[in-house]
Amino acid sequence: MFLGNLGSLQYFLPEFAVTATILLLVALHVASKRPGSSAFAFLSILGVGTALLLTGAVPAGAGKAIFEGMAAYDGFALFFKALTALATLVVIFMSMDSGELAGRSQAEYYIFLLSTLLGMFLLSSATDIVMLYLALELVSIPSYLLAGYLKGRRHSTEAAMKYVVYGATASGVMIYGFSLLFGLSGSTQIAEIGRVVAAGKGTLPALLASVMVAVGFGYKIAAVPFHMWSPDVYEGAPTPATAFFSVGPKAAGFAVLVRFYYTVFASPDAATGLWRLNSTIDWPLLFAALSAITMTVGNLVAIKQNNVKRLLAYSSIAHAGYMLMGFVLLTPAGIQAILFYLVVYLFMNLGAFYVVVLVRNGTKGEDIADFAGLGSRAPVAAVAMAVFLFALTGIPPFSGFIGKVYLFAEVIHRGVYWLAVVAGLNSVVALYYYARIVRSMFLADPTDASEISVPAVPRAMLVLLAAPTLILGVYWEPVARIASQSVRMIAF
Amino acid sequence: MLTLMTFLPLLGAAVIVCVPKGRDDVVRWIAAGASLLPLILSVRLWFAYDRTVAGVNVASQFQFVERYAWIPSINVEYFVGADGISMPMLLLTALLSFLAVIGSFGIEKKVKGYMALFLLLETGMMGVFASLDFFLFYVFWEVMLLPMYFLIGIWGGPRKEYAAIKFFLYTLLGSILMLIVLLALYFNTTNPETGGHTFNLLHYMAQNTHSGWLKGFDVRILMFLGLFIGFAIKVPLFPFHTWLPDAHVEAPTAISVILAGVLLKMGTYGLMRISFPIFPDVTVWFAVPMAILGVINIVYGALCAMAQSDLKKMVAYSSVSHMGFCLLGMAALTPTGMVGAAMQMFSHGMITAMLFFLVGVVYDRAHHRQIDGFGGLGAVVPVYTAFVSLAFFASLGLPGLSGFIAEQMVFLGSFQAFRSLVVVAALGIIFVAAFHLWALQRVFLGPLNPKYAALEEINGREIFCLAPLGILVMIVGVWPMPVLNLMNASLVKLVDVVKAVI
Repeated sequence: MFLGNLGSLQYFLPEFAVTATILLLVALHVASKRPGSSAFAFLSILGVGTALLLTGAVPAGAGKAIFEGMAAYDGFALFFKALTALATLVVIFMSMDSGELAGRSQAEYYIFLLSTLLGMFLLSSATDIVMLYLALELVSIPSYLLAGYLKGRRHSTEAAMKYVVYGATASGVMIYGFSLLFGLSGSTQIAEIGRVVAAGKGTLPALLASVMVAVGFGYKIAAVPFHMWSPDVYEGAPTPATAFFSVGPKAAGFAVLVRFYYTVFASPDAATGLWRLNSTIDWPLLFAALSAITMTVGNLVAIKQNNVKRLLAYSSIAHAGYMLMGFVLLTPAGIQAILFYLVVYLFMNLGAFYVVVLVRNGTKGEDIADFAGLGSRAPVAAVAMAVFLFALTGIPPFSGFIGKVYLFAEVIHRGVYWLAVVAGLNSVVALYYYARIVRSMFLADPTDASEISVPAVPRAMLVLLAAPTLILGVYWEPVARIASQSVRMIAF
Repeated sequence: MLTLMTFLPLLGAAVIVCVPKGRDDVVRWIAAGASLLPLILSVRLWFAYDRTVAGVNVASQFQFVERYAWIPSINVEYFVGADGISMPMLLLTALLSFLAVIGSFGIEKKVKGYMALFLLLETGMMGVFASLDFFLFYVFWEVMLLPMYFLIGIWGGPRKEYAAIKFFLYTLLGSILMLIVLLALYFNTTNPETGGHTFNLLHYMAQNTHSGWLKGFDVRILMFLGLFIGFAIKVPLFPFHTWLPDAHVEAPTAISVILAGVLLKMGTYGLMRISFPIFPDVTVWFAVPMAILGVINIVYGALCAMAQSDLKKMVAYSSVSHMGFCLLGMAALTPTGMVGAAMQMFSHGMITAMLFFLVGVVYDRAHHRQIDGFGGLGAVVPVYTAFVSLAFFASLGLPGLSGFIAEQMVFLGSFQAFRSLVVVAALGIIFVAAFHLWALQRVFLGPLNPKYAALEEINGREIFCLAPLGILVMIVGVWPMPVLNLMNASLVKLVDVVKAVI
């Protein structure tokens, strides 16, 4: 049953909140005489906060197909909306504290940020390839602008340029795959395309399409070999934007990846509660290989990085590799593991970037050497950073460990041992480069012993991000439950 | 009680973090208190412990059990209890932790951080020995890594950073293997009461709960090896031992004490608690290779120790040698051998703690540890020399001291099983004796090195750390029954559990 356009509106409240905020920001930007005012940030916080509340307010129920089947309103979409809204909220706070953005036009920045959020909302619920493509571009285009936001800084311009070129190529390849699917099925509905593929028509075009679409999505989640853009973009973009890219669009990328592949190239099997492949195309194996390569390349290259932002960029490539493990298993528990991981990843990764922002404000640098002696210069930030980094490594009692346990558990349960072993070895490698930062913070002598002052708001934010990182490592039952409930995707 | 013992140090650490800056003495005394309380509790447990009950694989026979649901959705439990395998280790941990805190009173740099991390470490160690849930065990096992990394890395010697990260990486590698085995066990065993998957170690030990491919022998060998490597790194067994000399040499004195006294035992403890009873068939199959590894450790460790010019490195390698006895005794799968191995764990914990304390004492004064840099110290510092002699003689297994009892039992127990190997191992004893006596001679006897004519005698605080250990070593050496009784029932049962498969 598709809901008509009018009837769908009541399920579109979070998107309305964001859209209204964007429009308001545009109006104020035109009217305002003080482009650097922090009022824009507060307005954005208000808008995103409202959207977040609205996501929680409307019950998902069994799920609905809204706007004539263009989008889904189900637990899965709501989960990602809440997640991306939360990430955006943290990033807005981070942006307010960032010295890089001070003195630049604030309104535009938040307009781009919120537009991306709107795109992510749509992306996580899109069930029609046209809608999906529009949503993807709505995520991408403001992202390019965000990456290049530091006008006049060479790295930033380069970042934006790279992002656009790579992004355009990936989306071009992807839309070619989409058109193949449309040609095959005569429908833009992914569920309908799934039925056609399941019927066994046109295996070769479907195979081609599955690979081409993988390019587009792989680019969004920065999986190897579509990751080339990310270190440069991450390094050049303003740090809060980098933090945003590493969590928000990546999460939305996973949302669309799961929904698309699990609808088009697989269908739920009522008997076992799992999914089975719609055709002979063994895309899970393709993605399993991609997962192993992604985490290995990400980790190995991260070892050599001296710039913390670049290091975190490569490490986030590796994390995408870990999360892909859950994607290839075709089980609800696998998806649950991805969802759970995304939650803990949000806190630990945004936390780590938050500290980078603060250190940059204090030292004007982002290299590991700039972190030297942070343990004595800014103890709160340093301890929080250590928590985030050890969580990212996946050591108990931090949440990252539990995230990994869920992923490893399902991989082992389904008998893909080689992947578990590869991921295990990767975790050891990861420790090495994360510990380099920790070493610099606590074991190295500071080049400049003066204290770095961390104002109250960022300090509170660090604690707010570190607390779940720690607590979810010891007691994670509620989040695990939410994640397992959010696996429900509607298919129609 | 066990929970209290485990988490009191953590509470102490939390309090220490809240103490304002500059109050180092307050911090020290809080730390002492937070580690003394678990010691008092452990002594109370020692009296309350029923020595006739075996434990091992029967949940109802564990003592001081506390059990709560933790994460019900995947059946993780908070499940702690003690039996004859864990009891001596809990006692040892409580004792050495307290002494190590006292021994660390000399630390001047960042006292607050040091003590807080140390207490966190103690919580981790206690937790490992008390856990009966594999997940809980794993979490505690890993919790120890972080404080250890910082304790070596911040307060260590010149190459501290290298040593710290090497220790961390090695142990993490072992842990990850353990994690994979843990998850594989989880998915292939069921709780007989509820039918769900379980992390309960005792359910793993009941072979009839195993299902799926866990029944296949080749898979079991792989899983046993996964665990074995994890534990072997901690022991450390040749060829996984290379982190140990680095970590020991660079670590501050008290941390070396804990590292050698408690952390190494976790490897052998893990084998006894987890590997042997869960994979008895593989244990029997793997007994001879394990014994060979044990003998290699004994001989190779002793030879390496002999080649060292650094006193601390020598002691570190002597640990490698002594831990070989544990493995040899366990591999024999006889009651005597098993008890001997456990005895060696307990006794080596005390002796090696003394040795590291003593090396620390001389390093504090001379600022180097070169064996050849001293000479004739016996005349200058007689009390210190007496302690060193006692520790050295205990370490080389002189009758009347605890090391002798342990080694004899290992030899007795394993002789029936592997005759020729034991002969080789017995030769190792000669090397062990050789390097101890040689070092003793070069440092304390002979002409006095005039540089150290005014060397300060061992002080009261240091004696306070050493004397209890020395006395215990002597008491246990003459009258080992209190310790043996503590572990006997459980270890005999453990051998039965393993042997039941043949």
